[in-house]
Amino acid sequence: MSWINEKGPISDVVLSSRVRLARNLADTPFPTLMDNATRDTVVHRVRRSVLGQDSAIQDYYQFLTIEDLSPNDRQILVEKHLASPDLMERAQGAAILINQREICSIMVNEEDHIRLQCIFPGYQLNAALNYINRVDDVIEGQLPYAFDQDLGYLTSCPTNIGTGMRASVMMHLPALASTGQMKLILQTLAKIGIAVRGLYGEGSEAVGDIFQISNQITLGASEEEIITNLDVVAKQIVEKERQTRQALLQKDRIKFEDNILRAYGIMTHARILNLEEFMNLLSKVRLGVEMGIIANVDIQRINELMIMGQPAHLKKYSARDANIKNLDIIRARVTSQKLKHN
Amino acid sequence: MLCERCKKNPATVHITKIVNNNKTELHLCEDCAGEREDFNLFSPFSVNDLLTSFLDPISPTKSSPSIPVLRCDKCGMDYQQFKKIGRFGCSNCYRVFKDEIYPIIKRVQGGATRHTGKRPHAENAKMRTNREIEELKRQLENAIKIEAFEEAARLRDRIRELESKQRREG
Repeated sequence: MSWINEKGPISDVVLSSRVRLARNLADTPFPTLMDNATRDTVVHRVRRSVLGQDSAIQDYYQFLTIEDLSPNDRQILVEKHLASPDLMERAQGAAILINQREICSIMVNEEDHIRLQCIFPGYQLNAALNYINRVDDVIEGQLPYAFDQDLGYLTSCPTNIGTGMRASVMMHLPALASTGQMKLILQTLAKIGIAVRGLYGEGSEAVGDIFQISNQITLGASEEEIITNLDVVAKQIVEKERQTRQALLQKDRIKFEDNILRAYGIMTHARILNLEEFMNLLSKVRLGVEMGIIANVDIQRINELMIMGQPAHLKKYSARDANIKNLDIIRARVTSQKLKHN
Repeated sequence: MLCERCKKNPATVHITKIVNNNKTELHLCEDCAGEREDFNLFSPFSVNDLLTSFLDPISPTKSSPSIPVLRCDKCGMDYQQFKKIGRFGCSNCYRVFKDEIYPIIKRVQGGATRHTGKRPHAENAKMRTNREIEELKRQLENAIKIEAFEEAARLRDRIRELESKQRREG
């Protein structure tokens, strides 16, 4: 139960809504300058604030130290968007707490001592903010945060100070991308302080027509104001994407459907699929599902398939089948099973 | 004007680069500009790269050996180190490097230098106490002016009480 296998609002364009908060403990050096003993102390304190007897968090959280995870299991957390690649690079003395529904995760000793995040399915930025605020309040009740009256929550990098909040919406924009409108949108968004990234966050490329838009500025506006600004922009992009889809459909319905159903045909019958082709085809099939052209598959199954088709997930899956070493063959098999099975 | 690279399409992208006061100009068509790594619209770059580029202006910086190196007394990080990695060592760095960092914060945060969002509950209480002390001090001045010494003594005691409470809570 998470953004991957629950259906949320505006799920014809929006995959998920995420809010993350960066927090640091007062009187403790930031992770960049921490020694091992301090790292362990921070992990212990954060763990106790979430799991301890005094904690008001009723949810069940799983606690994992990154060093104890295999490289593949670490990558699985990244592919599910529960952890950042940066946390895995700082494996020593780093940890993560994940709630049972896999909606909320708390990274310890990433770039900041604490990075809390929660992801909701579809378009639900306010719900995500409310949820993460409650978790933040519980931790704050037990640990003193580094806070300045003027600069707000102090973070290791000055690009995060103030609210320490990054809110982002993950969107599927195949019509805007195929009609060449993304370039202009990217330029416009940059001017109004909104960043655009690919599927796997900072530094990743936009594969499968999936874009993440997020606030660049964290200081000067309140959390609610930042989300309202992002909301206005996100809703406009949603409308523009929907309009462009309709325009493309009306221009040549047969050609439009042919393009989608061909992709569906390849995905259900191919024997070899590399990641790039998989993501490109999946974008077309997703569009078909979003527009009701492919009726027998729901959007949750597309999200599950997208995550299952990523390398670490396939490696884990293929461990059961020692005969097949080629991930592209396994990806094709998983894909056709997932799409054909009703 | 034709693109300088392919010499086929009209040049619509004009790049002017100034590095150490040397100006270079490039006139390209959109296709060729897209192929250039330093002019890719979706080149994956991190916010941190952006920050360190703010910290290192293209014009050569004036470095004067007579100015002592600014260093954080809590974590030992100096300003050069911060410029290199774009990360602070601890929360005290924000106080130590205040004069250097404020203009940079202003630039990366779209002109803002003041937090207006959520505050920890403890900070809220602290702020309320600060405001109360200020208000009491104002009343104390008035009381002295009108020679209401009994009232002044009462106000003085209350201010002392709040200030010592503040010191205890850090």
